[in-house]
Amino acid sequence: MLSDIAFYGAVETGLIYGLVAFGIYISFRVLDFPDLTVDGSFPLGAAVAAVLIIDGVDPWLATGAAILAGMAAGAVTAILNVKLKILNLLASILTMIALYSINLRIMGRPNVALLTEETVLTPWYDLGLAYHQVPVVLFVIVITISLVLLWRFMKSETGLAMRATGANARMARAQGIATGAMIILGVALSNGLVGLAGALFAQSQGAADVTMGVGVIVIGLASLIGGEAVITPSSVLRALIACVVGAIIYRLAIAFALNADMLGLQAQDLNLITAVLVTLAIVLPGVRNTVVSKFTRSKA
Amino acid sequence: MITATDLRLTFGKGTPLENPALRGMSLTVNQGEFVTVIGSNGAGKSTFLNALAGEVLVDSGQIIVDNLDVTKLSTHKRAGRVARVFQDPLAGTCEGLTIEENLALAIKRGQRRGLSAAVKKQYMEQFRDSLSSLNLGLEKRLGDKMGLLSGGQRQAVSLLMASLTPSAILLLDEHTAALDPKTAAFVLELTTKIIDEQKLTALMVTHSMKQALEVGDRTVMLHQGQVVFDIEGRDREGLEVKDLLGLFEKQRGLEVDDDSLLLG
Repeated sequence: MLSDIAFYGAVETGLIYGLVAFGIYISFRVLDFPDLTVDGSFPLGAAVAAVLIIDGVDPWLATGAAILAGMAAGAVTAILNVKLKILNLLASILTMIALYSINLRIMGRPNVALLTEETVLTPWYDLGLAYHQVPVVLFVIVITISLVLLWRFMKSETGLAMRATGANARMARAQGIATGAMIILGVALSNGLVGLAGALFAQSQGAADVTMGVGVIVIGLASLIGGEAVITPSSVLRALIACVVGAIIYRLAIAFALNADMLGLQAQDLNLITAVLVTLAIVLPGVRNTVVSKFTRSKA
Repeated sequence: MITATDLRLTFGKGTPLENPALRGMSLTVNQGEFVTVIGSNGAGKSTFLNALAGEVLVDSGQIIVDNLDVTKLSTHKRAGRVARVFQDPLAGTCEGLTIEENLALAIKRGQRRGLSAAVKKQYMEQFRDSLSSLNLGLEKRLGDKMGLLSGGQRQAVSLLMASLTPSAILLLDEHTAALDPKTAAFVLELTTKIIDEQKLTALMVTHSMKQALEVGDRTVMLHQGQVVFDIEGRDREGLEVKDLLGLFEKQRGLEVDDDSLLLG
């Protein structure tokens, strides 16, 4: 059904979107802050990394710069909301729109090719792995480190304060937590992860493109919600694992849908499939509960 | 000690809904005093508490808590001095976090929060000890989500959280009003026990005149954003609800027509 290369390709992209799902978990779930900045911070991370790599900067340094750029973008959204009292959703849309221009400015043109440049992946090709397996290996390492760090952070004093901010802001303030600062830190962290995802995506795909951010938020949400449907997010660790699993399942589902000839789907149908999958992921758990409750009502 | 001087606050200034909530409210609460606050709806009880906590900032006047002028400080900057239990049992705790995580949040109230693990081994003994004093068996459920607890249990934990670290004043905002009578009695008993044992300075707003006279050592009545009377010591002993009503009418020359004050 699915060729080896298509399979590894799907897992590779899934791992990158796992990072996006981490970011969306922080904004949507931890902070209850619907943040659409990611559609801008994903290509921002890609643009910053690509331009710096072309300028001869070390690819890991360039990737670090992409994280910082993403964090700055997130901080702008949060400051618009916290300090200027702009509705969170609107604040994020404003930043997202502004980033479109900024990304064009950074790249100086709509896209930058990286095919001949040295990227974070280059040294790994010498290790003797199959060409299409290299990115998967590297990204598994990156996402595992990110997951552990994020998990530890959420369990720390500051992380706990951030979770309280999203869950019960009034209580958090009464405990002496500067909720505004927590929102700024959290949304920055979220977009830093998305910037990292953008930088890795550009390097594995061999190009940064100003339109590559379109729909990232939906894909990230699809991964998050899909993952939660598979793994109940009863703890932070489970929720983070759910993000990765959801992202990989999502990419595999897309790959299967596009590969199944009998469905007659083509690459341009991607966004339609995404929308259908997200809808199913949102609706199905509810349907399952209704069905279950229909059969268990007598017990209750 | 807290001193509130001539607090004034008007909601919706310049609109048809203009509502002067505090009109020259002054009150001094001494170290170790347990003051109960009563008043009809709209008397300014909640607004006064919110002003002390920093949830609303007053238009004019001054609030001093332990020699620090906190009038312009936001809630989180005052939290080290001001502890609080809300009326809504769901408001004082985070239901998505475990019991130990909630307590770990409270133990750092008003202090810097770093990157070390929030739930530390060294806290556990204190958490278990204070939870076991509730006799609810919660000391064995430290890892349970707060959302699994009943309203009364959550309010009891909120009280513990407010008293886990020292504060200049403990604010109790009708914290038994949303509970059933039996649970309310339990939480009230727990309140007096904690306040006595730790010699806390406390301000308790209540809707029930009976409750206001039964606990604490001083009672203050608010009306139209001001203190209308303030009794303590011998004057307060043996006072009953009907005496309080008489006092109120004498002071204001008003009929009390708020049923909720008479009931309960």
